[in-house]
Amino acid sequence: MNKKQKKNLIRIIISAILMVALFFVPAKGLLKFFLYMLPYLIVGYDILIKAFKGIKNLQPLDECLLMVIATVGAIALALIGSGDYTEAVAVMLFYQIGEWFQSYAVGKSRKNISDLMDIRPDYANLKVYESDEPENESEKFSIDKVDPDDVEIGSVIIVKPGEKVPIDGVVIKGESSINTVALTGESKPRQVKENDEVLSGFININGVLEIKTTKEFDESTASKILELVEDASSRKSKSEDFISKFARVYTPVVVVLALILAFVTPLVLFILSKDVSMFDWIYRALTFLVISCPCALVISIPLSFFAGIGSASSKGVLIKGSNYLEALSKVDTMVFDKTGTLTRGVFEVSAIHPNTIAEKELLHLAAHVERYSSHPIAMSLKLAYENEDDGCEVTDVNEISGKGIIARVKEKKVYVGNEKLMKDIGVSFDKCGKCKHHIGTTIHVAIEKNGKPEYEGHIVISDVIKEDTKETISSLRKNGIKNIVILTGDEKRIGEAVAKEIGADKVYAELLPQDKVRIFEDILEGKNRDMDRDSDIDRDKDLNDSNNNRRNINNSKLNGLVAFVGDGINDAPVLTRADVGIAMGAMGSDAAIEAADVVLMDDNPSSILKAIKISKKTLRIVYENIYFAIGIKVLCLILGAFGIADMWLAIFADVGVMILAVLNAIRAL
Amino acid sequence: MSKTYKIDVDCANCANKMEEAAKKTEGIKDCVVNFMTLKMKVEFEDGVDKKEVMENVRKNCKKVEDDCEIFL
Repeated sequence: MNKKQKKNLIRIIISAILMVALFFVPAKGLLKFFLYMLPYLIVGYDILIKAFKGIKNLQPLDECLLMVIATVGAIALALIGSGDYTEAVAVMLFYQIGEWFQSYAVGKSRKNISDLMDIRPDYANLKVYESDEPENESEKFSIDKVDPDDVEIGSVIIVKPGEKVPIDGVVIKGESSINTVALTGESKPRQVKENDEVLSGFININGVLEIKTTKEFDESTASKILELVEDASSRKSKSEDFISKFARVYTPVVVVLALILAFVTPLVLFILSKDVSMFDWIYRALTFLVISCPCALVISIPLSFFAGIGSASSKGVLIKGSNYLEALSKVDTMVFDKTGTLTRGVFEVSAIHPNTIAEKELLHLAAHVERYSSHPIAMSLKLAYENEDDGCEVTDVNEISGKGIIARVKEKKVYVGNEKLMKDIGVSFDKCGKCKHHIGTTIHVAIEKNGKPEYEGHIVISDVIKEDTKETISSLRKNGIKNIVILTGDEKRIGEAVAKEIGADKVYAELLPQDKVRIFEDILEGKNRDMDRDSDIDRDKDLNDSNNNRRNINNSKLNGLVAFVGDGINDAPVLTRADVGIAMGAMGSDAAIEAADVVLMDDNPSSILKAIKISKKTLRIVYENIYFAIGIKVLCLILGAFGIADMWLAIFADVGVMILAVLNAIRAL
Repeated sequence: MSKTYKIDVDCANCANKMEEAAKKTEGIKDCVVNFMTLKMKVEFEDGVDKKEVMENVRKNCKKVEDDCEIFL
């Protein structure tokens, strides 16, 4: 509780006690009026002041003013009529209780959510050498506790056990286990040693680490993530927009209805020479004013989204806006990149089939050509040939996207790539009989001899499907995802094998990066939505024919959104085109964090499921609140118009609904 | 050119009103008030004096909701 909340709570309590006490005081007439004014003013003086300022600033529909009109009206009615002031005082009292509760609940959830994301480090231990240019490690140094903002790139910081890594960097000394749960949602500690990269937000568990910083504090992972999450609720969802528009119309409409109720209806009834009690109609109008505040709606919807986003980020799922959280719940088609997303993206060489040269020599050449590439296939070739970094000279490297690499190794021109590359350079080869048993990517190697490339053999590399992929896909189906599509640059055979294994509806294989975008746009337009689960994978499908595919008919029924899941490596264009772009295992990859709408901090497919579940839950709560709050309010307005609902019920419609809606919203946490 | 300011306001509807008021202020291209994080993200028109514009924004916000504050 902050100061203001404490003060208001005391006012509410004093006023409530006075009310109860006054119930037993047998005062009459003016004395009673003055006595009841005490609790009224104690609890409501600031509202009166605000209402007055509202008039001064020409804010006619200020909710404080409405509250004041309602209560003063009720007091006036009591003064001339019934002499029952409790109602007026109670309205003000409950209004204040509602405001107090709202402020408390919102403050509390604000704190809860920021605690969830408590990865902001408060300080850094900077290692400062006593002489300006230390000549060796053993030179005297001191450790300064500084603001992480003041640490320059390349400084050395020390992280003791139990402390957070304040800035991204590389370990230069020490070994330790670190807790990465705040960033990845993965609770198993990770081991780090010299030369390993560490990210801010990790917590050091046991050893002392010396870290050379590679980024400034503002650019470090923890700062970026916090900024992203805090900005997230600024991108408003459709439900939020609807509510703020509704609120803008709601209050004026109710006030106009109140005016009609107070003055027009009695007049009409009078003209019809019916028996009218002016007081009765004014009382009904005042009841209207009490219900006129749209606060329950306006507070509970953004609070639900905020809680949903907070809850997701504590589970390692960063959602970049309320709009994306909303969109996620409407996704019915999920398009996956295969490599690195459904599969581990770690390839292993599973077979080497040379034509004439030795197995080792074939691998040797292939590894050299891939020396400067960071493609997963290159990595696995380099891994398989251990001493890639020998004296051999590699020059004229030319990487052809989606096909392969051509380079000169020791003056010999070597071609390493897929079938397309071989076709391009005019090298023919026979289907390899030995390869029938290997499901994997085939890398062909050709060497230039006498100015002409000649086929030298191939290497088979296979990827492994992630452990939880299959289970995730089937759970996704249970959670409303109707179409699962795979896009891959890999061979058709492999794509289809993976699709069958995990149970995908459709696979588009052998795609270049630009094809991925084109196919994805087709899917977005609904042309290729696969309605037919049973037909499994379309084996004879030619990519160019995709537009006049027989299944293109009657797909208009599916109007859900399309999400794309990729690992952020060379699929950024698709990520940005998707209704919801999901980047996986994006920790530390700025490009992916930039392009995606939802960032999964680890690379388990099951995180997608978490995100969908949180999204659905949040949206359910949002709709509950919208229907519940509007429903109750409209009901009370109708009852009030017919004189069935009194002000007590009106207070429930206002404050009670708000409290319930806020409590419901917090469930999203 | 956009900048984020910390704000203080008590109710969600008031935050919406502040957003409206800020949007109408001269020199402001767009504005989003986030009640949950108590932040106001303002996008300025090109070549305006941010300080002056924000003073006006604060004045306009105070008009619609007396009990608010923008920390400039």
